[in-house]
Amino acid sequence: MTEFLGTVFILIGLAFFAAGSIGLLRLPDLHSRLHALTKADNLGLGLICAGLALIDGGALNAVKLFLVWVLVLAASAASAHLIAQQALRQGGK
Amino acid sequence: MTTTTPILLASTTLLLLTLGIGLARAMIGPSLQDRMLSVQLMGTGGVALLLLLSPLLAMPALIDVALVLALLASVAAAALTRREIDDD
Repeated sequence: MTEFLGTVFILIGLAFFAAGSIGLLRLPDLHSRLHALTKADNLGLGLICAGLALIDGGALNAVKLFLVWVLVLAASAASAHLIAQQALRQGGK
Repeated sequence: MTTTTPILLASTTLLLLTLGIGLARAMIGPSLQDRMLSVQLMGTGGVALLLLLSPLLAMPALIDVALVLALLASVAAAALTRREIDDD
């Protein structure tokens, strides 16, 4: 049962990753691309981490996966703000 | 190995395809920031790929590699945006 649930989580996470990639390709300007990438991908990564924690078992592994996700969230939020600020400074749209 | 092995293999392949699609933005992206976004996608996707490979290859150390990759992806963005010289 937990393996089934983990598989479902991983598949939903993959769908979010696909949405992020398609958004990165098809959205019209930089800021909307930034929006698509940094939200959809991090949610997808969180779902994949949750699924793997369910499949792998082991509390230590689950804590490590959670820490990876938190670190990626913080890093991605910081770099999204940096990129958006630089784009605004250079006067692009 | 276990029952989830084929599913994990398929997920890894699909994720790699997704990352390949996203990499097209690095080629066509008009500005430097668009290319940086593509690198950002490769960072997040690479972390997910390593995490999926860790139970497949039975190598728990790959989770630590994913941690390092997450750190380096953000360092790349900071280095791009905080430089003093504008050469583009």
